[in-house]
Amino acid sequence: MEAVNLLSSNKYTEKQIGYLFISVLINLNSDLIKLIIQSIKNDIQSRNPVHVNLALQCIANIGSRDMCEAFADDLPKLLTSGDTVDSVKQSAALCLLKLFRTSNDVISPNETASRIVHLLNDSHLGVVTAAVSLIEALSKKWPEEFKGCVSLAISRLSRIVTSTYTDLQDYTYYFVPAPWLCVKLLRLLQNYPPPEDPANKTRLLECLDGILNKAQDAPKSKKVQHANAKNAVLFEAISLIIHMDSEPNLLVRACNQLGTFLSHRETNLRYLALESMCLLATSEFSHEAVKKHQETIINSLKTERDVSVRQRAIDLLYAMCDRTNAENIVAEMLTYLETADYSIREEMVLKVAILAEKYATDYTWYVDVILKLIRIAGDYVSEEVWYRVIQIVVNREDVQGYASKTVFEALQRPACHENMVKVGGYILGEFGNLIAGDQRSSPQIQFDLLHSKYHLCSVSTRCLLLSTYVKFCNLFPEIKGHIQQVFSADHNLKNPDAELQQRAVEYLQLSKIASPDVLATILEEMPQFPEKESSLLSKFKKTKPQVEEIENQVAEKKQRPQAVMRDLSQTGSITGKIIDLDDTVTTNGSSNSGIIDIFGTGAQNGTAPADNMQEVLKLMLKPNGILFEDPIIQIGCKLETRSNLARLGMFYGNKTNAAFDNFAVAVNCPTQLTDQLVVQAKPVDPSVQGGAQVQQLINFVCLQEFTEQPVIQVSFNYTNTNGTQQSFSRLLYLPIFINKFFEPTDMAAEQFFSRWKQLNQANQESQNVFAAKFPLDNDAIKNKLMGLGSKLLENVDPNPENFVCAGIIHTQALQIGTLIRLEPNRQAKMYRLTVRSNREMAAKTLCALLAEQF
Amino acid sequence: MMHYMILFSRQGKLRLQKWYVAYPDKVKKKITRELVTMILSRKPKMCAFLEYKDMKVVYKRYASLYFCCAIDQSDNELLCLEIIHRYVELLDKYFGSVCELDIIFNFEKAYFILDEFLLAGEVQETSKKQVLKAISAQDLLQEEETIQGFFEDNGLG
Repeated sequence: MEAVNLLSSNKYTEKQIGYLFISVLINLNSDLIKLIIQSIKNDIQSRNPVHVNLALQCIANIGSRDMCEAFADDLPKLLTSGDTVDSVKQSAALCLLKLFRTSNDVISPNETASRIVHLLNDSHLGVVTAAVSLIEALSKKWPEEFKGCVSLAISRLSRIVTSTYTDLQDYTYYFVPAPWLCVKLLRLLQNYPPPEDPANKTRLLECLDGILNKAQDAPKSKKVQHANAKNAVLFEAISLIIHMDSEPNLLVRACNQLGTFLSHRETNLRYLALESMCLLATSEFSHEAVKKHQETIINSLKTERDVSVRQRAIDLLYAMCDRTNAENIVAEMLTYLETADYSIREEMVLKVAILAEKYATDYTWYVDVILKLIRIAGDYVSEEVWYRVIQIVVNREDVQGYASKTVFEALQRPACHENMVKVGGYILGEFGNLIAGDQRSSPQIQFDLLHSKYHLCSVSTRCLLLSTYVKFCNLFPEIKGHIQQVFSADHNLKNPDAELQQRAVEYLQLSKIASPDVLATILEEMPQFPEKESSLLSKFKKTKPQVEEIENQVAEKKQRPQAVMRDLSQTGSITGKIIDLDDTVTTNGSSNSGIIDIFGTGAQNGTAPADNMQEVLKLMLKPNGILFEDPIIQIGCKLETRSNLARLGMFYGNKTNAAFDNFAVAVNCPTQLTDQLVVQAKPVDPSVQGGAQVQQLINFVCLQEFTEQPVIQVSFNYTNTNGTQQSFSRLLYLPIFINKFFEPTDMAAEQFFSRWKQLNQANQESQNVFAAKFPLDNDAIKNKLMGLGSKLLENVDPNPENFVCAGIIHTQALQIGTLIRLEPNRQAKMYRLTVRSNREMAAKTLCALLAEQF
Repeated sequence: MMHYMILFSRQGKLRLQKWYVAYPDKVKKKITRELVTMILSRKPKMCAFLEYKDMKVVYKRYASLYFCCAIDQSDNELLCLEIIHRYVELLDKYFGSVCELDIIFNFEKAYFILDEFLLAGEVQETSKKQVLKAISAQDLLQEEETIQGFFEDNGLG
């Protein structure tokens, strides 16, 4: 509280101490914040620049959200107005930066952007320094608005670099002109792609050339500060060159420069050179140049005393590894691993494993490397590594024998790591038969070898070994007896660990009961593992997220989500989603094409009027289906009915990567239909994310029988493949037919025919004779009739070729009993369809609709 | 951007700490403790850069004081070394051949100088002259006030 009082005093000392106290000790949630903010506001408006500075420094030091809101308007004005003192300007710039970092919306870029960019031209270098930091942060968020800064930055940079050291008196640091400003400008330029404008481009390249040249010059001063400053600018310039990645000769020069640093006396420089070379190694131009230094790097790996430098050397070796030098590098890394620091061993193991796998031409070499890895650093070999080697051995037949032999030999060593036992156990279990011919590795010896390690292992290894033993039972029946003895040993059968006990008991029974054939089938060789992204890589990326940029391939990119239509032909319960946006990498070639066949071609070339009648007709006999599909959107529907109520679930799938805007769906009924059908559509979200699917429910109530279909209009804005915004608007029929309100009624033959005779009036019957559109297949016809919703009656019609159905159509007004008789004529490939019902319109409609279906 | 700067003696006592990012108290203490132990255990000829918690840490030893800064991964480490050196130069010029005692007894001046030099984790003003000019202006104000203000306070203006 005292501190806040001090703030409001006019005396400078007291104010100063008050601010210091607050900056260092205040808790952001204190209630005094409001008072403090008030005092700060007063001070900012004060005439005395010192006071203003104090206040600004305090804001910058604390920079809480409340302050952001309070000062968001004042600061930009202060920054860009003409009459603020320079020192205030620079404090204001950095203050704004701090607030911007706290909450991004404190600045709106439009008005102030150009003014802020102009600060780059200020004569006071302090202001420029502060402004550049601010612009750098802002341009990361709004690159477009701040694009103007690029040319200004380049001109400023060239002026500094070419100036002699007498020009910038005060800002020259040990004979290096304005190093901080240079570095900041170079960093700012890294936010943008290389300039296309030729004038700017040449100027920038001259600058970079100049910096590289200066590095070659003799040092003007013996002090380490001079060297540091000069090299700081040099390293930043190299980063910019790497970022631009467009000038091969600059890249090669940079690489050579770094090469000389690799063997420099100063440890710092060696460290930084190794780090920068890591980035260079990924660029295609300089990759070759980097490889020239391989010898030096390997030497430094062996002779460096500083562990962080050695770590960097490892990173660099990993980055520059390719097919030509892979074996060499992996061998070096393995030798280093033996003496490496414990803290980096796990990472190194992963790296070696990944490299060995990536560049293995000969998989025997790969197996060797991994086994050596396990031998040297067994503790740090994580699960993924040995899973991977087993995956590879199983997948590749040629290496299985070699792997078995090597593993066998490795197991014979006296000191054998547990991971080795795991790998050995698995491989021998699968492929032990390949080396069983050799006397030295006969089945009995293999078993004894593994069993000798059995008691020394942890529970999980023992479980694995038990599995191996039962595989041995299958592969080598001659030692089955021994193995059974092991299984029946007490410490296995009654082991406290549930998994172990279960395995022992089950395997024992299995080996006793199963006949050799059954055993052989059960214990057949493992099929090949599916090729997925190496789990090693994902684990590696988790531990070192920044190395992901250096990984230039291998990870398969996830494809855009493909909408895969899964036709759930569940006639009973109509639950569960029918259309799943399947996110896996599988292409939906075969499944999709099959579905397209059923539903006809999905190509819609009509525009405004609803023209999806074909699809809709198909949906007459099915509860679920795709209503409309094109490369942009997939619209599907799922219908549930109960008496005279129907609920239609509409599924809209966005097949593009960008979101849909203004997504709107409107359901219209043609005039007559409004009396007969009540439609109620639930509202739908106006924005649909790329690759997402939204659902909308539309409820229908059938008042009377109806002939027409309701129409839905779907409209939205989307971004097509070129990136332009387009609008989509379509009218589609909805598959709501009178037959959707059918309820199947079962009846015996006499009932059917008596009813049939009752409905013998002209207006109660509707008959149609038409040619068959689809092949006359009994089962297909049956399915369709059942899909109609009415009950297909067996053994009712005296002619077994005919099909009869009965059902009741539920409307709110009344129930409409309907009888249908379909008589196919196979020779003529025609049908005669008769529909009788007590409502004329129902009969007619059904007849017309059904005629399309067959 | 610099996240924090700490100064500590060879015995591990903290002399100055400036945090440019808000951390809770416990975290601050933990960071300080860990960094102090890490840096004190390093040998003289070792590299001046460390990796700590996805940040780079740059340190330099001047006589009995260690100056330690934590910067972003994308920042230039050599430049940070120079920032430290520049700060030491400023202190040197101001206090005249600065030693650890000066910082202990005039810690507020050290903070003021640091505030003039760095703000919000970025370098504000690189010219030694400008920074020292600003500090001496502040000092002048202080002097005026103490003498004059004392009389005014007691009504003897």
